[in-house]
Amino acid sequence: MNLFRIPGQGRVDPTTPVEFTFDGKTVSGYKGDTITSALLANGIHLMGRSFKYHRPRGAVCAGSEEPNALVGTRRGAGQFEPNTRATVQEIWSGLEVTSQNRYPSLSFDIGAVNDRAYMLFSAGFYYKTFMWPKSFWDKVYEPFIRSAAGLGVSPSENDPDKYASRYLHTDVLVIGAGPAGLAAALSASRAGLRVTLVDENPEAGGTLISEPQTIIDGVPAWQWIDQTVAELISLGVRVMTRTTAIGYYHQNMVGLCEKLTDHLSSPNANMPRERLWRVRARQVILAQGALEKPLVFDGNDRPGVMLAGSAQTYLNKYGVRVGNNAVVVTSHDSAWYAAFDLADAGTKIQAIVDTRAEPAVELVAGAKSRSIRILSGYSATGTQGRLRIKSVRINPVINGKVGAPETLECDCLLMSGGWTPSLHLFSHTKGALTWDADMQTFLPDRKTEDCEIAGAGRGLWGIAAALNDGAAMGAVAARTLDKVATNTVYDVTNDRVGTGVSHTELPTDLDPGKARAFVDFQNDVTAKDLRLAVREGMHSIEHVKRYTTNGMATDQGKMSNMNGLNIAADALGKPQPKVGLTTFRPPYTPTSFGAFVGYHRGDHFDVTRKTPIDSWAEENGAVFEPVSMWRRARYFPQNGEDMDGAVSRECKTTRSAVGMFDASTLGKIEIVGPDAVEFMNRMYTNPWTKLAPGRTRYGLLLGDDGFIRDDGVIGRLSTDRFHITTTTGRAARVLNMMEDYLQTEWTDLKVWLTSTTEHWATIALNGPNARKLLEPFVEGQDISDQAFPHMSIVECTVAGFPARLFRVSFTGELGFEVNVPACHGRALWQTLWDAGQQYGICAYGTETMHVLRAEKGYIIVGQDTDGTVTPYDAGISWAIGKTKPDFVGKRGLERPDLVADGRKQLVGLLTQDGKTLLEEGAQLVLDANQPIPMKMVGHVTSSYHSDAVGRPIAFALLENGHNRVGETVYIPMPEGVISADVTGTVFYDPDGARLKL
Amino acid sequence: MLLIHCPYCAQTLPELEFTYAGEAHIARPDASSPVSDEEWRNFLFIRTNVKGPHYERWRHSHGCGRFFNAVRDTVSDRFLITYKAGEKRPELSDLLEKSK
Ligand SMILES: [Zn+2]
Repeated sequence: MNLFRIPGQGRVDPTTPVEFTFDGKTVSGYKGDTITSALLANGIHLMGRSFKYHRPRGAVCAGSEEPNALVGTRRGAGQFEPNTRATVQEIWSGLEVTSQNRYPSLSFDIGAVNDRAYMLFSAGFYYKTFMWPKSFWDKVYEPFIRSAAGLGVSPSENDPDKYASRYLHTDVLVIGAGPAGLAAALSASRAGLRVTLVDENPEAGGTLISEPQTIIDGVPAWQWIDQTVAELISLGVRVMTRTTAIGYYHQNMVGLCEKLTDHLSSPNANMPRERLWRVRARQVILAQGALEKPLVFDGNDRPGVMLAGSAQTYLNKYGVRVGNNAVVVTSHDSAWYAAFDLADAGTKIQAIVDTRAEPAVELVAGAKSRSIRILSGYSATGTQGRLRIKSVRINPVINGKVGAPETLECDCLLMSGGWTPSLHLFSHTKGALTWDADMQTFLPDRKTEDCEIAGAGRGLWGIAAALNDGAAMGAVAARTLDKVATNTVYDVTNDRVGTGVSHTELPTDLDPGKARAFVDFQNDVTAKDLRLAVREGMHSIEHVKRYTTNGMATDQGKMSNMNGLNIAADALGKPQPKVGLTTFRPPYTPTSFGAFVGYHRGDHFDVTRKTPIDSWAEENGAVFEPVSMWRRARYFPQNGEDMDGAVSRECKTTRSAVGMFDASTLGKIEIVGPDAVEFMNRMYTNPWTKLAPGRTRYGLLLGDDGFIRDDGVIGRLSTDRFHITTTTGRAARVLNMMEDYLQTEWTDLKVWLTSTTEHWATIALNGPNARKLLEPFVEGQDISDQAFPHMSIVECTVAGFPARLFRVSFTGELGFEVNVPACHGRALWQTLWDAGQQYGICAYGTETMHVLRAEKGYIIVGQDTDGTVTPYDAGISWAIGKTKPDFVGKRGLERPDLVADGRKQLVGLLTQDGKTLLEEGAQLVLDANQPIPMKMVGHVTSSYHSDAVGRPIAFALLENGHNRVGETVYIPMPEGVISADVTGTVFYDPDGARLKL
Repeated sequence: MLLIHCPYCAQTLPELEFTYAGEAHIARPDASSPVSDEEWRNFLFIRTNVKGPHYERWRHSHGCGRFFNAVRDTVSDRFLITYKAGEKRPELSDLLEKSK
């Protein structure tokens, strides 16, 4: 039932019919059809509604540059994609296609009222219309913009497809498998190079597919494609179809997106849908060809109006006539040949309307032989037809004056405004362009990468020119890579070379201010909008683009940029190169997020670091939280406890008996060498010379700006060896900073730094029973308070494992941290856990650790400090070795701003009602009755409920905080103002008696 | 993705292995003797922020771990040279001559 299909013509497979649905109705086509070619074969031109005015639209071209025929495609559960280009998507049985931007139906759409309000929606209308009154913003403007925004509908389910990625190294990457690309790949591979040839289409051939009459070296074009691809494959060329070069990056890295399953009706479920390739090529050959330009005239967007070259493609590639009754409007020779092909296939060509007064003699002869009416020196000034073009209005133009109109009936209009070299990828490299005044187009000029541009991409027109240039550029690439290559010259007959002229809007006898002469079809930008933008002061093409949104749609202005530039330049009275071209950016065509994400989703989204004890925590019901890249046990709920219940129990058990905590994520750095102590003295604020081996000290690390960077307990194992601990999240940064100073500032020091974070499993035991539990397992060290006082370190054996044992506490209780080689971590944990049962042991997580440390006033760098806090501000200036000549941050601490009054300082806060828990991050004010905006004087950094203190406790950074102890501050919250007393930061056991048990 | 030559490994490797580390040839003043506020400010904060060839530091963080210096054109994002830490700052005129 394909009324417009010509049996025996095209490359579709008539033995394999395919049925799919379009807006629920079954449509039939053949294997090899795209959605568009199948719809056109059935006489359907109306495929969607435009974005802003909801105007009826059909396909305007046959390739990936399509701005109108964007549809939703559904391949299965969760496999919905909006804005699929119907001109590219191949059909298969069961594919579900829906039109977009219409309600309730494609042929009757309420939003089309926007079209009637056209005069209101002109350039910059977003900037003008939604300005006032302010009260309209929430209720009227924002909902309107939100409902109008976006093309199509976002998918609402998780994407079940798989996506892959690969790297590829190749000598020569040829982008585009048209005549230039095929010839280039052939010369380069014949010269012995590893060549990769990619094309976004399902098969190689490019323009040759639309020009089957061409004879190359005596071989018909289609046969030449087949034999050339066969030779390339035999030479080892990797030929990749359905593969788009999406971006051209530094040093000849090109990103490719290969579509693997979208054209299959029942793909293997294990097959990735798309594969992203990162290709590093020694030479790149850009053979991307040229894109046809529309002509700009009133009604040039009606369904049935199409680029002439695309109509020729539908005919020759798919065997589809785009209509029965065509008018051709052109400023370029190429459209004449499209008209001839269609006429020969049975379409009535009403007239060829050429803007040029004197078309070439052979074209005129060709038209006459087909009895086609020729109207040269004419303009098109309007079209009619609601859902499909019915007629076109044309006028003669004589000496610049537009004459009387004539109306030509038609069911399709084929237009051509000439061709634009596809320079997108070249532009990604910041390659310079040059304006060619004869061709009225930009051509590639100075290159920044190792690439060549071949064929129509550099303005060469015709099959012979493309083939010969491709062959030459392939040979150039080969010689650059030290290979011998010959320049093949192809003998081509039936080549259809041609020329044309370039236009702004076509001249009209009607009011140009009322013309819907579209430049950017996808974003509904008209010539009038562009001229208005210039009148309103947009003098740079970048401003014109943003004010009108010309070229800003997902097609990146592939069809609209040159027409937009011509009109803006005309309005400005400047030549085009003085106005400039907007920047093209990757990706070349819209690319799925899945392709970029690749394997990095779900559990593979990011690295999850797990401690050696993680499996025990999981088996024992821990609730985890991410801390930098680690997953850490946050609490261990029992019997259905919530977090508060679990934390309360864990805190009480640790303070009254003993708790064990997996501290393996602590960063650890081993510092070794004859100058280790000198390095420590320079790096940390504290003095280290007098720290005896076997002792530990709290170390404080600043930046040279004087601000706190990190802290941790550091043990001296021998005169030349320190065991450093860092905060969990900063281990890598601390090591990087140390290496930086060591490698670049203090190259005289003999010191070696090694990250040992993963080498040790660290188990912290805290609580009054900690020693009783640990003592029986320790060999080689008496761990009594006398023999092993607080802040000691020793290498010994614990439960038979070699260990570094710290006596240290981050809870205020008697505490030990046992480090054993990571492989023994879980075994030691189990041993201590079993033995701890008789002492009422509990396992606790990071949440309890936070509460216990806060009760004792121990800060967490990064939570209670924020990169602008000095040791003085944090109340830990006792950790500064004041007599040391220098250390990182020493001079920084003397900076005027760091010693000035009014700095924010760390204090404790107790809410005055004794019950309210403050919110971390809440702002502090001194006077809750002051007018809004209030002066904020600080914020809450940590806040917990404390069982040990019997009330909520908090830390805050408060302006002049140290001098405000005893004063009241206020915390305005949505529910009301909370008042709090400013206190010191130690809430529990201020004398530290419990540490010394 | 850039390819970067590590002068210690003597290999040209993907950018992923490296970390940018700020402007090069900014020596830390010896703070054991008096340093003026202005001098310390300059050391901490003042950078040339050039448009064009920029002397800068990189670290082969996922390789040998060494910091090294480079001259990179901030307009083209092209490396003119990389060289070991402590080596003399190469003259720009020599580099531009060589890159031609
Ligand atoms: Zn290296």
